Amino acid sequence: MSGELKKEQVLKIIKSKGKEKEQLLAILLEIQQASGQNYVDKKWARLVADELGLPLTKVYDALTFYAMFSTEPRGKYIIEICQSAPCHVMNKAALVQMFEKQLGIKMGETTPDGLFTLQYSACFGACDLAPAVKIGEKVYGKLTAQKVAEIIANYRGVSVCPK
Amino acid sequence: MQKTGKAAKKVTVSIDGRPVTVPEGTTILEAARQAGVKIPTLCHHTDLKPRATCRLCVVEVKGQRRFQTACNTPVADGSEILTNSKAIREARKTILELLLADHPQDCLKCVRNQNCELQKLANEYQIREVAFERSEKDLPLENTNPSIVRDMNKCVKCGRCVEVCQEVQQVAAINTANRSVDFGVSTAYGESLADSPCVYCGQCIAVCPVGALTEKDDTARVWEALDNPELHVVVQTAPAVRVALGEEFGWAPGTISTGKMVAALRRLGFAKVFDTNFTADLTIIEEGNELLQRIKEGGVLPMITSCSPGWINYIEKFYPELLPHVSTCKSPQQMFGALAKTYYPEKAGIPAEKIFVVSIMPCTAKKYECTRPEMQSSGYQDVDVVLTTRELARMIKQAGIDVEALSEEEYDAPLGISTGAAVIFGASGGVMEAALRTVYEVVTGQELKDVDFKEVRGLTGIKEATVDLAGTKVKIAVANGLANAKVLLEKIKAGQCAYHFIEIMCCPGGCIGGGGQPLGTTVAIKEKRLEATYDIDRGLKLRKSHENPAVKTLYEEFLEKPLGHKSHELLHTVYSKRKY
Amino acid sequence: MSKVMPLISKNCGQIRPTSVEDYVKAGGYAALKKALGMKPLEIIEEIKKARLMGRGGAGYPAGAKWQQMYEIEHTPKYIVCNADEGEPGTFKDKLLLEQDPLKVIEGMTIAGYVFNSHDGYIYIRGEYAAIQKLFQEAIDNAVQAGYLGDNILGSKYSFHLHVMTGAGAYVCGENSAMLNSIEGKAGRPRVKPPHLAEVGLFQKPTLVNNVESFANVPVILDIGAEKYLSIGTAESGGTKLVCLSGHVAKPGVYEVPFGVTLRDIIFDEEIGGGMSGHRKLKFYHLGGQSGPCGFLPQLDTEYCYKALRANGLSVGSGAVVVLDESVCVIDYLKCVTEFFIHESCGKCTPCREGNKQLYLILDKFSQGTATQDDYRQLERLSNLLAKVSFCGLGQAAATALNTCLKNLRAEFDAHLSGQCPAGVCFTNQETESGE
Repeated sequence: MSGELKKEQVLKIIKSKGKEKEQLLAILLEIQQASGQNYVDKKWARLVADELGLPLTKVYDALTFYAMFSTEPRGKYIIEICQSAPCHVMNKAALVQMFEKQLGIKMGETTPDGLFTLQYSACFGACDLAPAVKIGEKVYGKLTAQKVAEIIANYRGVSVCPK
Repeated sequence: MQKTGKAAKKVTVSIDGRPVTVPEGTTILEAARQAGVKIPTLCHHTDLKPRATCRLCVVEVKGQRRFQTACNTPVADGSEILTNSKAIREARKTILELLLADHPQDCLKCVRNQNCELQKLANEYQIREVAFERSEKDLPLENTNPSIVRDMNKCVKCGRCVEVCQEVQQVAAINTANRSVDFGVSTAYGESLADSPCVYCGQCIAVCPVGALTEKDDTARVWEALDNPELHVVVQTAPAVRVALGEEFGWAPGTISTGKMVAALRRLGFAKVFDTNFTADLTIIEEGNELLQRIKEGGVLPMITSCSPGWINYIEKFYPELLPHVSTCKSPQQMFGALAKTYYPEKAGIPAEKIFVVSIMPCTAKKYECTRPEMQSSGYQDVDVVLTTRELARMIKQAGIDVEALSEEEYDAPLGISTGAAVIFGASGGVMEAALRTVYEVVTGQELKDVDFKEVRGLTGIKEATVDLAGTKVKIAVANGLANAKVLLEKIKAGQCAYHFIEIMCCPGGCIGGGGQPLGTTVAIKEKRLEATYDIDRGLKLRKSHENPAVKTLYEEFLEKPLGHKSHELLHTVYSKRKY
Repeated sequence: MSKVMPLISKNCGQIRPTSVEDYVKAGGYAALKKALGMKPLEIIEEIKKARLMGRGGAGYPAGAKWQQMYEIEHTPKYIVCNADEGEPGTFKDKLLLEQDPLKVIEGMTIAGYVFNSHDGYIYIRGEYAAIQKLFQEAIDNAVQAGYLGDNILGSKYSFHLHVMTGAGAYVCGENSAMLNSIEGKAGRPRVKPPHLAEVGLFQKPTLVNNVESFANVPVILDIGAEKYLSIGTAESGGTKLVCLSGHVAKPGVYEVPFGVTLRDIIFDEEIGGGMSGHRKLKFYHLGGQSGPCGFLPQLDTEYCYKALRANGLSVGSGAVVVLDESVCVIDYLKCVTEFFIHESCGKCTPCREGNKQLYLILDKFSQGTATQDDYRQLERLSNLLAKVSFCGLGQAAATALNTCLKNLRAEFDAHLSGQCPAGVCFTNQETESGE
């Protein structure tokens, strides 16, 4: 299921970053993003390893060490709810419930359409907006159920009219 | 260990109130050892880099807020070190309890029972109860390849196997992976070793402090064969086993146990006790002639030896383009297997299908080698079962044989007759030296007076020499350990290699340091095994393979001539690129 | 008198962040010009005189660090900026990176000049992907304008700056882990010795400072060490960016001179503005998850390295998480410990196994199944973590627990008998656990 990503695309990503070993994380992040399923397939990891002259186990070590990577397919959009203390005390639990209800999945799960994965994240530095949630590069804070519905609809490409 | 060219400055420190003077840069661990204090360690291994991750070796250093790890902290002049304070004992106990809470509790059923570094520490620290909650990981056991079994439930995350695989061997089949409670050792994407670059050298097993990495135990299959009255079970023993087996019985490293081992094998019920050394001599005849032929006929040079199955796995996986450099000779173990099911049955008048061949090897890769489809030239699987030195010791102990009390016995003829050139196959440089002894006399037609080629001996990773064969200068190189082999291979690839002949052994030090040897192997122990190896050689009358009378008879009666038709059929093989 | 003092953050929100033109108009790059006319040792002397404490969390004197680096003979030397701001409750580096990146660049460029370095790296956490792009833009603009790159301002000095990304690992805030990460490896801390100053990035001598530390460098050269030191307290020169979050009326980043009190920070109208709701202050967590918790009797402590330390507190990252009476200390510490479990690199026993066990014991408190003996186990584990862990992450993991055990013991005791004063534990509601 390495899906739409093509070898040429991966090679292009590698070429754009350069083949220095220190580019490994940047390359893997970009491959993950381009995968459409937010993960790095073994065959792309192997290609990166070969191109950078690294053993595959070193690439795998990095992939499994850093929280942002996945070696298993995930949703197109990752919804990350901060579970660190500043968000925890600002009723993160309620935010979790809003998203779970809106998406019909539990934390850690992916919607059946493969669009959203709901997961916890360590702090991403939006404590002034606690409880905070991050989707891609965008951070949202102080949400209501209504706003959650709007955000999700936006990502789905559907508009919702407020009552 | 830090070494400097200049005479190192000395520093004096107090360890548990007693002064000790050591060279600057000495670790606390080493300084304490010199002061007669053994600081407990788990992740530390004498021959590897300090990792300081298990934290068991912590000590108190006066003036330091935190405890220091003895394994990697150099002593500072004038420092006062406490290795056994109440706080230190408590810290070590807590660490051990934490490790035990995360470790299976089935020591009695573990292959490392009574030979486990964690168990030993738990005993020394009298851990009678564990205050912390037990966690069951229930990770799958990997035992799907012929050589290595991995049980990551038992892993204590010391990282020794990773250093060996990544740096010493540079195979990189396993590495650290994940973080936090999931941190551990893994192949890429959790693939099986069979799908990984693993060459089955078993060096990971050799450094594992616990039962997480073990050889695939095949003793049951050997017992079964021995119990089967229909079978004629013969055994061959590799050169490096005889200088290491004794360690399993508590004998000093370097004890030569050939005669007692032979006696014990007979007690176990083997019909014939033969010697891989016989086919080591044979290898020299075949391989020496192959080398001469390549030199004469402009074949691919340098030619590289092919005795070490881990090395063969390595080149097939990593440098398949260089395979034409590898001698087509099978390893001595496999030459033995092929003859044991062709030549020997004819001679002994026993049908080949009744013959069961067991090998005792210092090696885990040999277990895989004997299962290769190419290794059935007798029409049967040439070698049926390979046991490591460790497994043989287990069988002897199980049989209740008091090796100490046994009288020494001799190998059976004819496949047990060998020369000093064969026994040194067990040491890095040995195959080269043995080959030179023969090639010299073949090429020059003169007697070689001094058979000792000392420049190719020893544990150095890469050894080079030029040998004068009556005017023909032969350039040779010897590498042991795959990281060193890689250096030579890269040179060949770059065309910077003017060698004629290269010996490569997969394991550091050669087979005496093999992955199937007694546990606890260190450089110091390898040196003892080397000494013993050369002692055996020196003590023998025949020290050149071509002088082996049984090998001569073999050619007369059966093979006809080196590199002949039968040789090609039985003693030579082909290699192929292997994907991973 | 106003308790806030925008000094290093004065440009934030006032100029276009990546515009060199705006930055120079606001007084930027005057310090670099000045520096290029100074001897490296004179610059180090200024930093020392200003008593700049490293702003990354450990509070190590920056001048001393620079001096040690200067004395190392091997070259090349690398300058690395640690922008892996991962301490929960901390978002002040983000402010600088996002709103005044050129100040950070200028600080790094000056450092590069001091050590005759030609390459600098800024390691920005992967979660700040948008900021990485913005920072790169600022770099490009600075190069364009001649303030960075080859022959800076016509001098012989050349300095190239590279943006490196993290990928989600708090432990990369530890400098050696960060260097491994920059090299493209898993970010687990390195064995020391050797120290990073000697064997750092790519095995070369390396100076690592935090974003805020580098941002202070041009300010010190601009206003002079003497004036800088006159701000703040005798021991701690200058200002500090503090980050307010939790149950506080006005969460955000505020720049305050050292010496204001904790009470000022939380309650002053210009800063925290008091509590966000009707509940009273219960405690506060300083310096990130790795820092200590403070309590009501400590509120009048001066916010500076010395006074906080004397009171068992610390500046750390500058985070101040304000917690009201709705917070149960056990529930809070479970959350803190979960964070450390998640972020432990896993290689050393105390941190990998200790944090896990710590959580299990705290969980027993919240389930009402803890016993007196669990206090002893908590103590064993927190001692082990603090004294035996491989790196700062493990060493600090039980800091909050220790301060809470000391100051809120009654609340722990209440849980032994099945009571949760804050009403968080023992409700029928399933409290969800982490991932």
